[in-house]
Amino acid sequence: MSVEALYQEIILDHYRNPRRKGLRDPFTTEAHHVNPTCGDEVTLRVRVSGGGDAAVIEDVSYSGEGCSISQASTSVLTELLTGRSVAEGMQVADAFLALMQGTGAGDEDVLGDGVAFAGVARYPARVKCALLGWMAWKDATARAVASGADDKQEAVR
Amino acid sequence: MTPSAVSASAAATSVPPLDVAAVRADFPVLARTVHEGKPLVYLDSAATSQKPRQVLQAMDSYYELHNANVHRGVHALAEEATALYEGARDKVAAFLGAAREEVVFTKNSTEALNLVANVLAWGAGPYLVGPGDEVLVTEMEHHSNIVPWQLLCERTGATLRWIGITDDGRLDLSRLDELLTERTKVVSLVHVSNILGTVNPVAQIAARAKAVSGALVVVDASQAVPQLPYDVAALAQAGVDLVAFTGHKMLGPTGIGVLWGRREVLEELPPFLGGGEMISVVTMAGSTYAALPHKFEAGTPPIAEAVGLGAAVDYLTGLGMERVAAHEQALTAYALERLSEVDGLRVIGPATPVDRGGAVSFVLDTARGPVHSHDVGQVLDAQGVAVRVGNHCARPVCDRFGVPATTRASFYVYSTTDEVDALVAGLAKVKEWFG
Repeated sequence: MSVEALYQEIILDHYRNPRRKGLRDPFTTEAHHVNPTCGDEVTLRVRVSGGGDAAVIEDVSYSGEGCSISQASTSVLTELLTGRSVAEGMQVADAFLALMQGTGAGDEDVLGDGVAFAGVARYPARVKCALLGWMAWKDATARAVASGADDKQEAVR
Repeated sequence: MTPSAVSASAAATSVPPLDVAAVRADFPVLARTVHEGKPLVYLDSAATSQKPRQVLQAMDSYYELHNANVHRGVHALAEEATALYEGARDKVAAFLGAAREEVVFTKNSTEALNLVANVLAWGAGPYLVGPGDEVLVTEMEHHSNIVPWQLLCERTGATLRWIGITDDGRLDLSRLDELLTERTKVVSLVHVSNILGTVNPVAQIAARAKAVSGALVVVDASQAVPQLPYDVAALAQAGVDLVAFTGHKMLGPTGIGVLWGRREVLEELPPFLGGGEMISVVTMAGSTYAALPHKFEAGTPPIAEAVGLGAAVDYLTGLGMERVAAHEQALTAYALERLSEVDGLRVIGPATPVDRGGAVSFVLDTARGPVHSHDVGQVLDAQGVAVRVGNHCARPVCDRFGVPATTRASFYVYSTTDEVDALVAGLAKVKEWFG
């Protein structure tokens, strides 16, 4: 297993040129997740409009520090999920999780640049890095939906 | 006490160097390759050391020929197993300059420290910690010497205080007089930092603590006992009461650690876990406890692991701890020098090998910004170089130096200057990827 297979050019590009980075207002909920073994941290905000099946991810913004895998993965996430319905977003998140757990092949139509992370599954210590932003997104979004938030523009922590 | 008894300055005395090639031949794992034929360069001994054949064979032989539960048995195997287990205690005691009753086997350093931090909240003895009392630790501690004391303070209403760190990675003792008060009931500190490598003046701090309040002094020697000639009698004279360390960082197996304590202290402390082995007489109305050290060893102990630790102690004694310390010192000096040649690399911890152990942490910066230690470690690993990355269970130290994590290289008896060179060459590759 070569380091080239892990550090795909797409990953390094997202790491060096993160998309949609920075914390933005307004937002519905915010989540702060850490990887206690390595000190990686991410603070992630979601703005969700509508409720129930009609809930839509209007914006995902984040700040954080960490390794290339965690930062690139969060950058990919924001590109993939912004503008989609929450239901679709959850499906994409499940597909990414399956890719990391080695139980899914990784469909480029679903995961876009996320398929570049396929090599991470072979490095168990790095899977947590790749999932850091995704877990924060699921956490924040689940709370946004549960709170029935309709663009509350306030943090529910 | 003589400083050489417990400090790295022992390494300065001239001793013939270790025959590292001969040492390496005893460690089967060092001959293997990783990632399609790359020789293993193992620079993670502060996390756990590799094990020589002598330790592996002692454990195999125990299970193949002598396995039985210890104590309480009259059959041949039980007698042999007991003799091997208690014999391991004798070896550890001799290694430390301790009496055998003062050597308690635990699971690891963490359990040894938790044992102490728990029993200090129990009973009614002179060491009982209560509301208004103070526990003094340092900012340099491994989480295992912070969290048990935080828990103790939460449970008892005591207050946790700590000694800070200077910019060059030493304990900031300038405020020690303020931090040590007549309310200080416990002082617990690390002897050799697992992240900074700093060797702390534990004897000096213990003496001050004893003079101010007679505080109980606990030392986390997890990185010290493997590297330095260790003399608990000398430390006890200075005021140290209890010392915790673990077997797996000193060529022994996992699952066995040691709590050494001054007899008077261990006798005063109440038992930790209750069960078989730690009792004298049990009735439904109440129980009395076994004499030291068994009072603190409830249940079937890690017998094979103790035997393995005994073999590890034999191996280290055979090498000579003066030589082990000198080797560590020489490699650390070489590593600090070679790493100083790497552009953008900053050592977190003392920059010179004086009073410094063999763990070297660093961060790496490039024109594009800092490279996270995970990425450093991953690219090194692809070249066969094994280092540790992250906060090394010492997050307060990372916070103190304003870094999220570090890359740490650490050495032991089998480490070579060639391996340090491989690390430096590997860092050039890291820069190709992330620079």
